[in-house]
Amino acid sequence: MKTYYNPTHEYARVDGNIAYIGITDYAQHALGNIVYVDMPEVGDDVTAGEDFGAVESVKAASDLFSPVSGAVVEINEHLIDNPRLINEDADKNWIIKVELTDPSELDSLMDEETYKAHCEAEAKH
Amino acid sequence: MHRYIPHTADDRARMLDRCGMKSEAELYADVPRELLLGRPYDVGSEMSEKEVRDFFRALDAENRPPQVCFAGDGFYDHMAPAAIPYIISRSEFLTAYTPYQPEISQGTLQYIFEYQSMIAALTGLEVSNASMYEGTTAAAEAMMLCVAAARKRRRVLISATVSEAVRAVVATYARYHGVELDVIPAVADGSVTDRDALRTMLAEGNPVAGVIVATPNRYGILEDYTGLADEVHAAKALLAMTCIAGDLAAIRTPGEWGADIAVGDAQSLGMPLNFGGPYLGFLCTSRALMRKVPGRIVGATTDADGQRVFVLTLQAREQHIRREKATSNICSNQGLMSLYATIYLSLTGPEGLREICEAGYKGAHRLLAALEATGKARAAMPGKPFLNEFAVDTDASADTIIERALAEGILPGVKIGPNRLLIAVTEMQTEADIDRLVNIIANS
Amino acid sequence: MNRTFYDKLIFELSHKGRKGCRVPAAVASDDSTASLPAALRREKPLLLPEVDEPTVVRHYTNLSTNNFGVDTGFYPLGSCTMKYNPKINEEMASLPGMSALHPATPASHAQGALKAYWTLQSMLSEIGGMSEFSLNPFAGAHGELTGLMVIRAYHDANGDTARDTVIIPDSAHGTNPASSAVAGLKVVEVKSLPDGTVDVEALKPLLGPHVAAMMMTNPNTLGIFESRIPEITRMVHDCGALMYYDGANLNPLVGVARPGDMGFDVMHINLHKTFSTPHGGGGPGSGPVGVRKGLEQFLPNPRVVRNDDGTFDLVTTDTALGSVSATLGNFAVQLRALSYILSLGHEGLAEVGPMATLAANYIKESLRDKYLLGVDRVCKHEFVFDGLIDKSTGVTTLNIAKRLLDNGFHAPTIYFPLLFHESLMIEPTETESLETIDAFIDVMREIAREAAEEPEKVLNAPLNTPIRKPDETAAALNPKVTYQDLLANG
Repeated sequence: MKTYYNPTHEYARVDGNIAYIGITDYAQHALGNIVYVDMPEVGDDVTAGEDFGAVESVKAASDLFSPVSGAVVEINEHLIDNPRLINEDADKNWIIKVELTDPSELDSLMDEETYKAHCEAEAKH
Repeated sequence: MHRYIPHTADDRARMLDRCGMKSEAELYADVPRELLLGRPYDVGSEMSEKEVRDFFRALDAENRPPQVCFAGDGFYDHMAPAAIPYIISRSEFLTAYTPYQPEISQGTLQYIFEYQSMIAALTGLEVSNASMYEGTTAAAEAMMLCVAAARKRRRVLISATVSEAVRAVVATYARYHGVELDVIPAVADGSVTDRDALRTMLAEGNPVAGVIVATPNRYGILEDYTGLADEVHAAKALLAMTCIAGDLAAIRTPGEWGADIAVGDAQSLGMPLNFGGPYLGFLCTSRALMRKVPGRIVGATTDADGQRVFVLTLQAREQHIRREKATSNICSNQGLMSLYATIYLSLTGPEGLREICEAGYKGAHRLLAALEATGKARAAMPGKPFLNEFAVDTDASADTIIERALAEGILPGVKIGPNRLLIAVTEMQTEADIDRLVNIIANS
Repeated sequence: MNRTFYDKLIFELSHKGRKGCRVPAAVASDDSTASLPAALRREKPLLLPEVDEPTVVRHYTNLSTNNFGVDTGFYPLGSCTMKYNPKINEEMASLPGMSALHPATPASHAQGALKAYWTLQSMLSEIGGMSEFSLNPFAGAHGELTGLMVIRAYHDANGDTARDTVIIPDSAHGTNPASSAVAGLKVVEVKSLPDGTVDVEALKPLLGPHVAAMMMTNPNTLGIFESRIPEITRMVHDCGALMYYDGANLNPLVGVARPGDMGFDVMHINLHKTFSTPHGGGGPGSGPVGVRKGLEQFLPNPRVVRNDDGTFDLVTTDTALGSVSATLGNFAVQLRALSYILSLGHEGLAEVGPMATLAANYIKESLRDKYLLGVDRVCKHEFVFDGLIDKSTGVTTLNIAKRLLDNGFHAPTIYFPLLFHESLMIEPTETESLETIDAFIDVMREIAREAAEEPEKVLNAPLNTPIRKPDETAAALNPKVTYQDLLANG
């Protein structure tokens, strides 16, 4: 399994042709207490670079941009009742599971090292 | 010096001095000279209160308000308990801003919570927002909510039996917001929604985000929506109903019909007619739509000392956070008018509101029967059930009847065709008033 | 601690069988609606309180004491123009010949009301430098939306249908982009310069045949006058787009300058800000929309016109953008604004802008050694501090706001505009006396001292408001939005 990142702080952890998509620890930290996750339905299609939902804290909302394209095969139903799981462990608590239609899209995403540097640059800003 | 502006010459000098300025003109040194008005407004001179009163009384005298009002079409003459204007004119309510600081706004926040509870109870739905401007824009918001909830579908159906004013405003919003708005035709006599036509439209390839119908409809008719919600939901669309708040004490509610959204005007909760406003829009939804509801919502929580308190909640939906991604641009609610409705519903309670519906029902049915007995007027859509408003076709022209009735201080209804009037009866018209109207129509 | 917090809900005062009104001629046993088909009748019991009139009056009177209004104290809420709400306005808004009029009353019987509408619209046109106003929109946001619809109707009428973009400065109110989206327009942000004004160089490349309008408020949300406005309007007009003026910040210009003269084509005014009508805890407001000559035909239906014989009529046209209301808007709010303009007259109005502006600059100059000025320039009616200068204490803008509540003042607007992290936006208006303003300045200085010397006092604020630190996360996580929800959750 390898993890790829969007500059907008979503990750795609890829296992074969399945990607687990969630937000990074850096993003959950910036948002604060998450009170709601707006998720698509199973069977919906998501497109790389387009939004597929949002995470909301008390006074902010952040759109979720999919790092990859494909069909949603599962949503993390634990987040419906307990969105704060993302605050507890953003890596473990993915949001949607997507079946990839175009694995070559992964090439344009950041790897862990690049993403780390990206966050550091952003934090300084 | 003006009575509302307290700064004396000494005050001004002190303030200018602190700013390192010699004159007030320096405050505007950054305004290009050619943009300065350089002359007084052409609006007349300052008036004393006496002069303001004289001006308004002269205007008031140019009106000839009818003493008896049988006009409805969404806005009704109802009793207005004296306690309401007394309470809502308390300056703690009247002169407050939006309750952004909950520590010193519990008065506003709590009455909004009470309002939400009462309107949700009336409509039979689970969630109410803190109110909208009025009924027509609330219906437009319902349309946008359907589209937002459906994500990719942008087609909404609205029944031809929804009131003309509501359809016009919804159509305006649809045109600019980019919603494909199709009208569901009515059956041949126009009385009710053509359910077969609706089924066909739902089955077409172009998927529908929402369906908007009315109860009562534009002619006061209570349509039987049995099975409608299931058909709409089977097409993965949402069902929105527009209604008149006060009627819901007696008639089947949007919640009971299985609607996802209820909108409408709450002017019928005893609000002064005021030539068109302010009134009060409401918007209720099922719990599933709660996080997409436009406008403000108040929720209960606890404070640092464990007290039950109220706050604006679910704010991540709103325009000041979502900006161009918000479902709606609404930033306010109809604050004071939602307080009006809350006090009204507290005073009437369930029983008083039911009695008001009964009085309207009795009076309206009595009036229609008496009109038909004259042979000069008849129900425009005979045999259709209604609460307190109905359409009649008259031998005389609607204009003639309106003119004759106004001469006797009666507004006989709203003209909806050359020989057709929409007439409403509430607890405010006496049996004698009804008899007078019957006489006028019989002799026109 | 001052704890006189009244916390009952009206539902909790309910006793079965009590009632607070007598319905005219009602017969309690009446059940004539029973003759409606069962499928059309309400089945579910109606959960409303059952209370007598004295209980209702006492409940809401007690509730009102938990509130703070302009009549209670100073309300320096930036961009909200919390000026005094004159009492004569209330009296003029409830004259019986006006309040009893049904909106369907024929014009022949509502001449006074139509004349009031027409008179106010013509006065607003004079003040805004416009040709005609529609008073139909119900609030500022509604006016803004209506104004954008006017602009789209204008482009549509010219066959210019590709214009789908609105340019908005990054300092704009959130409503501007939201209204644009509702009006079906895309939003492009133009950056501000460090002095807070629009970067004209950055604007140039954004203009083109796809632009429908540029929306601005002037002065902007930092309270800074956009001095290059003639150049901006020229550039925008040259590309075929229209200029929209957000009237949220009109107050400092009252008596001084007019949006129409700056080249704005369409504008809205918030009667509840500039023209003193009460905010009512969030409404009802009124957001009249004005247009320059040549755009009148696009205003929403219905319009009020004056006939040659001096009488007034309602007209609807096909050229209009459509209708945005069933009626002529929040009429009773319009009456209040008319009463205000008459009360001030041109002499009083000439004082409004300058005194509001002077008061703002006085506060700014009195606090600039303790609080960090976002932009150090002459401001108009409002200005923004980026929190305290001394950030080492950990005291935030939120803490300062809450500490002000402890001291009997409403907080300024906080965390807006988004250009600064610790925005504290202060607008005093022209109706606050120098004593009040000085008292506010003293408290702000005292808070700065506390932040340095006993920061826990500020960090833990508020300390003596009736409620403290409501748990907003819990409220949003598990929303309880009705009494029914409270019953279900125990």
